[in-house]
Amino acid sequence: MSHEIDAILLEDAMLNLDELARSCQINREWIIERVQWGLLLDEDSITSDPATWIFDSRSFMRVKRIIAIERDFESNPELAGLVADLLEEIEVLRARLKASELNED
Amino acid sequence: MEFKDYYKTLGVSRDATAEEIKKAYRRLARKYHPDVSKETDAEQKMKEVNEANAVLSDPEKRAAYDQLGQGRGFQPGSDFQPPPGWDAGFEFRGQGSNGAQAADFSDFFAELFGKQMGAGARQAHQRMRGEDHHAKIMLDLEDTYHGATRSLTLRMPKLDSQGRTVLADHMLNVRIPKGVHGGQVIRLAGQGGPGHSGEAAGDLFLEVHFKPHTRYRIENKDIYATLPVAPWEAALGATVKIPVPDGQVEVRVPENSQSGRKLRLKGRGIPAATPGDLYLVLEVVLPPATTPKEREFYQTMAQELAFNPRQNLGV
Repeated sequence: MSHEIDAILLEDAMLNLDELARSCQINREWIIERVQWGLLLDEDSITSDPATWIFDSRSFMRVKRIIAIERDFESNPELAGLVADLLEEIEVLRARLKASELNED
Repeated sequence: MEFKDYYKTLGVSRDATAEEIKKAYRRLARKYHPDVSKETDAEQKMKEVNEANAVLSDPEKRAAYDQLGQGRGFQPGSDFQPPPGWDAGFEFRGQGSNGAQAADFSDFFAELFGKQMGAGARQAHQRMRGEDHHAKIMLDLEDTYHGATRSLTLRMPKLDSQGRTVLADHMLNVRIPKGVHGGQVIRLAGQGGPGHSGEAAGDLFLEVHFKPHTRYRIENKDIYATLPVAPWEAALGATVKIPVPDGQVEVRVPENSQSGRKLRLKGRGIPAATPGDLYLVLEVVLPPATTPKEREFYQTMAQELAFNPRQNLGV
């Protein structure tokens, strides 16, 4: 039996640009471009220096999702961003349906 | 180890062009996309499709795979060991250009391409930090209220003594932080892929999901539960006991409540820095009218109350 390992919530130790790029195996310029195009991070959290950007759970999952959409469908970034928006919206609505005990079908 | 027919997985013929393979992959990627697919095993299917595409979309890997299968009569699912030197004359460029995680691939893939994955990576980066790995973890709602230690077994690529990448079970006891909620990511430092030449191991990132709960429904940090009440409790008001994820509480039901009324217990949802709320949705439950005495009660109500629940419908 292995010893216990502490799991840190991403919100308590957010990722910087280099950590996010390394974790998702993508180069940092790819992320910088998508931030500048408004596909990642909220506008009010973007500073002029990418080294100061921090990424929470939602950004992390969103980056992974956009990478997968661009890769799987050779889509352009804006379309991938739109699909990611819609998928996030579906997640929220599905959770709301479940909370209301309404069935999806 | 089972032989895998990657052509069958993608539904293409053995002489399919690169364009046909790409089209077949995209069609299946859409069909089995875990976010939208209605298929029950979509996630597993997507992994198989990714693995098939990682081989067939890479000319070198595809050629080596074709040579391996040619004339040897391997059938999908048949017992398989690659013959010695099967890959002579081919040079691979790593685990595949599609970025899918090697941990998601099968033993069959690891056996064929594992050696090259390890060797290629080390040649390209003499000193290299281990890769981060990503996976999911399913938690019980109670885990987030109290914190918990959960055992987790992941299949992870590891280097064996000959420097080949093999898939091995990796068991972890993870201390779950209190207050985590669905869709959040937790990070386990040093639990990803091994580092090379003394560099640090990568990290493991786990996306948190909750198992369905028989009593509670979860929306972000808020929890919803049904609170059954008797007609007189709803009509006259009452203080009732109800179990909540972190114990038991007494709740005041306001008088003249109806089914569907929501009572909010502020801060009793998931205990984050800004905790969620617990919503109790009232459900008025009628006592049965089976015995003569029970029926008499209802008849008295009908006569005394002159109540028309369809008044708003104009009838």
